[in-house]
Amino acid sequence: MAAQSAPDLRRARRPMPAPMVWGGGMLVLVVLVAVFGPALSPHAFDAMDITQRLQPPSAAHLLGTDEFGRDVLSRMLVGTRLSLLMGLGATCISLAIGVPLGLLAGYYRGLVDETVMRAMDVMISVPPIMLGLLILAVTTPTIWKSALAVGIIYVPIMVRLTRSVTLELASAEFIEAARGRGDRGAFILFAEILPNAWPSIIVEAALRITFAILLAAALSFLGLGVQPPAADWGLMIAEARPFLYEAPWIALAPGLMLVFTVVAINLVGDGLRESLDPRLRRQTS
Amino acid sequence: MVAYLLRRLVYIALIVLVMSILIFWATQIMPGNVAYMILGDFAPLDQIALLEEQLGLNDPITVQYFRWASGLLEGDLGQSLIMQRPIAPLLGDALANSALLAGISIVLVALLGIWLGIFTAVNHGRPADHVASIVTYVVLAVPEFFWCIVAIMLFAGYLGWLPATGYAPLADGLGVWASHLVLPVLTLVFGLIAHVSRLTRSSMLEVLQSRYVLAARAKGLPERHVIRRHALPNALLPTITVLAIDVGVLMGGIVVVETVFSYPGLGRLLIFGIQQMDIPLIQACMVVVTLVYAFANLVADLLYAWFNPRIRYGGAVGT
Repeated sequence: MAAQSAPDLRRARRPMPAPMVWGGGMLVLVVLVAVFGPALSPHAFDAMDITQRLQPPSAAHLLGTDEFGRDVLSRMLVGTRLSLLMGLGATCISLAIGVPLGLLAGYYRGLVDETVMRAMDVMISVPPIMLGLLILAVTTPTIWKSALAVGIIYVPIMVRLTRSVTLELASAEFIEAARGRGDRGAFILFAEILPNAWPSIIVEAALRITFAILLAAALSFLGLGVQPPAADWGLMIAEARPFLYEAPWIALAPGLMLVFTVVAINLVGDGLRESLDPRLRRQTS
Repeated sequence: MVAYLLRRLVYIALIVLVMSILIFWATQIMPGNVAYMILGDFAPLDQIALLEEQLGLNDPITVQYFRWASGLLEGDLGQSLIMQRPIAPLLGDALANSALLAGISIVLVALLGIWLGIFTAVNHGRPADHVASIVTYVVLAVPEFFWCIVAIMLFAGYLGWLPATGYAPLADGLGVWASHLVLPVLTLVFGLIAHVSRLTRSSMLEVLQSRYVLAARAKGLPERHVIRRHALPNALLPTITVLAIDVGVLMGGIVVVETVFSYPGLGRLLIFGIQQMDIPLIQACMVVVTLVYAFANLVADLLYAWFNPRIRYGGAVGT
């Protein structure tokens, strides 16, 4: 009996905040679309039909067609997967580079710390979009290169966060115990410190995903990301530019979907951050 | 203060040095070289070899870098391949146009963002606060390029009030000049106002709950006075930091906004260079953008120090 009532008590004390429930629902929807997008879409995303170009929304094409007669709804649905993959991919890249560097800098201090942090200072001194432009300008753009470009931009943030969490943990008693046991440095870093640092890192990463999605979309929009005929939201909006007045649906559909996705992830990310750090709730409520 | 300033200037010089090496090295990876671009892909090989020799493209990359970098220091930014003109005057005009756009935008962001933040904090919990909170939350999720599209559809297409793209010199008349600026500025400031107002609101709320504000109210001071003289100066400190961060966001936004609105600024020039593979133009633009960004950050830090008397850079109170 006691074991059963305990979870109920906890739930009564901390109900899930309403924005997070909404965000979670929206996010599940977006992920479902990303997974089943091609199956859900009524037409092939790249099927052209010149006789049907720039058609307004109708029963055959719920969100109309674009300049090549491609179905806007299908392209929007298929593009969801690409956007989420870019956001996740870029965030994973910044984690993969940033977290080990932050761990090393925070744990070993001294020269390692100094070198890593000065390098990060240089990266932060460059306007974010410039790093992306530099990488994408000098090579032929492909999807993974834009993910890499966006991921590298957020490395300094990941390094700084991981370092500050590591600094705090490094002086904890269980780490001193591990050191006293004679555990190796790599073991302490990845088996002792990292598991305790994950919650803060994950929350930051969740909020980073939306920045990554938006930046990747902006780069695609500028023609420096995903290339035609792929169905990327940023690219779709760029392609819609000559037809804004006669066919506004081409640009509005992917744009609104992008905003919907970003709001969903932000709501969940903010909710996660609040549940991790109750002080924030008082500040922002 | 002077020592701090000197240290920062040395730091800026270092950043620009590192970035210039990175930019120069990265642009060497680009397919083809300047000789091919000038003469075209089908030029005879001996002519290409001759031009490569004349331009010094066969020298080691370090020699080429020093030639380029010493040119930069003397104000010679090289020659644009596509436009066949010296880059320096082109860049100067573009920089002035961008500075105008950025200047108007950052002033608007500061004024409107702070005003909205105070307004929502003072009306905490009322309907106006809730509406503003939801609206700013959604606005933050909208990328600049989509604002551009929506603004063009609405104001240039549907309402027909403003020109969709382009730029008019002041000589064409004040109204014409201003009408070309409205949409770019509008799209640039929207997201940033939301950002600044949310932050100002939360720091204002925190300050309004502090004891010294309670004391000021208890003395019977009018609420207006309490907010303006007592709460606001302290509540603004985090806002200034965020404004500095937003300068970086603004520069990213300017690249997009200038491209969409065909506004002849630095961002559009850079994108033009990238699209046309105009290597000298890309290099020059990127160095200038790095320099501008570094100085913008310095100005923001100095402003922060000026507003916050507790900070004395390089002084006895500690940094």
